[in-house]
Amino acid sequence: MKRFLAFTIKEFRHILRDTRTLLILFGIPVVEIVIFGYVVTNEIRHVPVVILDKSKDVTTQKITDRILASPWFLEETKVKSEKEIHGLFKKGNVRLAVIFGPDFEKRLMTRGNVPVQVIADGSDPNAARLMVGYLNAIVLQAQKDLNKGMNTTGRLFIKTRMEFNPELKGAFMFVPGTIAMILMLISAMMTSISIAREKETGTMEAMLVSPLHPLQIIIGKVVPYVVIAFMDAVIIIALGGAIFGVPLKGSLFLLMGEVTLFIFLSLSLGIMFSTMSSTQMEAMFLSFFALLLPTVLLSGFIFPIEDMPVALQWFSALMPARWFIVILKSIMLKGAGFLYVWKETLILAGMTMVFLLVSIKKFTIRLE
Amino acid sequence: MIRIADVTKSFGENKALSEVSLDILDEELFVLIGPDGAGKSTLFRILVTLLLPDKGHVLIKGLDVVKDFWKIRKIMGYMPGTFSLYPDLTVEENLAFYARIFGMSLGENYPLIREVYEQIEPFKNRPAGKLSGGMKQKLALSCALIHRPEVLVLDEPTTGVDAASRKEFWQMLKKIQREGITVIVSTAYMDEASRGDRTCFLHKGKLLKAGTPEEIRESYPFPLYACRSKDNFALLKALRNEPSTASAMLYGKTIHYSPARNDFSVGTFLSDLEGTGNYGPIEYRKTTPSMEDSFAFLSKQ
Repeated sequence: MKRFLAFTIKEFRHILRDTRTLLILFGIPVVEIVIFGYVVTNEIRHVPVVILDKSKDVTTQKITDRILASPWFLEETKVKSEKEIHGLFKKGNVRLAVIFGPDFEKRLMTRGNVPVQVIADGSDPNAARLMVGYLNAIVLQAQKDLNKGMNTTGRLFIKTRMEFNPELKGAFMFVPGTIAMILMLISAMMTSISIAREKETGTMEAMLVSPLHPLQIIIGKVVPYVVIAFMDAVIIIALGGAIFGVPLKGSLFLLMGEVTLFIFLSLSLGIMFSTMSSTQMEAMFLSFFALLLPTVLLSGFIFPIEDMPVALQWFSALMPARWFIVILKSIMLKGAGFLYVWKETLILAGMTMVFLLVSIKKFTIRLE
Repeated sequence: MIRIADVTKSFGENKALSEVSLDILDEELFVLIGPDGAGKSTLFRILVTLLLPDKGHVLIKGLDVVKDFWKIRKIMGYMPGTFSLYPDLTVEENLAFYARIFGMSLGENYPLIREVYEQIEPFKNRPAGKLSGGMKQKLALSCALIHRPEVLVLDEPTTGVDAASRKEFWQMLKKIQREGITVIVSTAYMDEASRGDRTCFLHKGKLLKAGTPEEIRESYPFPLYACRSKDNFALLKALRNEPSTASAMLYGKTIHYSPARNDFSVGTFLSDLEGTGNYGPIEYRKTTPSMEDSFAFLSKQ
């Protein structure tokens, strides 16, 4: 234990003395969350919209005018049927469609609640949310005016359907995605580099010829990174909530438990990579190309998994981050309990075991 | 005693050690000499249980380096060729770290390292990366000694260190040896070969000769002459072209020359040679072989 502590203290010293490492460990998470947050919440303007008016009465005309008078929407074309709309979406000519059903005004007077159908392009989930939000505001405003003039109790409401990405996966994705990425970066990349550094500078040689057990070396090495990664996760979640209003609907305790599991998974990956590389450069490239890039590209963080070719979808199942993001999203955004994420949790735990076993097998008590 | 028996080690195609056998006595200061790539580091790494021999076996105080490596690691002190210090940790932190991973406190074996450590103590709060070569070497030695090993293995500790520090370093090793520690040192500097109790010469993975400095010097099989002329390079070339020459090599400002036969009049031979080239008068005198002469001869065989 004393030996192990000596190792951990040493490791903390390495981290605290290197300003560059410190910057990576604490600066990147903050910068990343802010950048991702702002990039995806940027303004939308002049969205090409198509309007299908099957009623063509005064009310629908009023609402249409309001929509097109706003700075956000621009009428692209008029169509006569839903089929045409689908084609326009596919070509990417329009990103939003507004459909008024037949006898709109009449129904509003007699039956009360009448839907304004909205179809939005969900492939950019964040933009889709914004578009629908703006449209909703316009329709509500129209409702107020209608109520004043017509003395009706009828209510308008928006019925939204997402084209391409019906569940709007990706909204608020940047927080879970960033957590996954940062934890990978810190846990896997930093540990594999720091173990490789000891190999490169020859200190590993001296360490191996000591009564320290390889497990003590490895655990002593990763403890500081567990602490730091955990702190980073808290920072990201807090920033995501404070700046961008990303909710935490589920249990904080469960969330932190899953975060810890993922940290262990990333660490075991980092250790595994370090056993495969003998220089810091190698470790860095290995973690970067084998880990970070696929994590970013294939985990559903940036590109929705549904849109990937089937082969890549299968491949993405191998990405630990993919399952972790599902877990985070379920807990944070949907407020799901453990019963809803136990499968993903089990997958992550299984992956951790495999990586650990491989690294223990590969981590030699000697130089070869 | 350390017994190395028929140790062979290859890395792929490259044979690093072939059938090396060697005994090192307890409390001996043993010097392993050889040029770069001779296999010195490989042999040391086998001794300190970092590499497994392909063939043969090594016993350290009765412990097998393959089977009993945990026990051996407790009694070994090892200073790799790279000094293996943490450049961002201070002198004191480096030492404390190595003490603790052996389960020792800094004070426990302080008397053993005091003499070495006192010289770097004024800089104890300086990061190890900012020390000079000589000071790094002393710190690395302190770190390797802090747990009072029974056997101390130093891989080229004097490489890249200035001449004055090197001399001082060997004196320190003598003192460590007197504490009852077996000290095994490798070096590529020929002039350090005679500083140990016994020396062995490793060349291309083969052990050429082991013995005391006297034994090695006396093993030189020919009479040896130190020759000197106006143009040593031309003379060296001429000597090497003679069929009667066993060996001729530059040795500082002279040429160490050996005829292959004992019944050979060197005086006549050299004065004959004077006439054939523009060397000027060739001075010569009989001399005793040095370690370098012996090793140079052995490595040519």
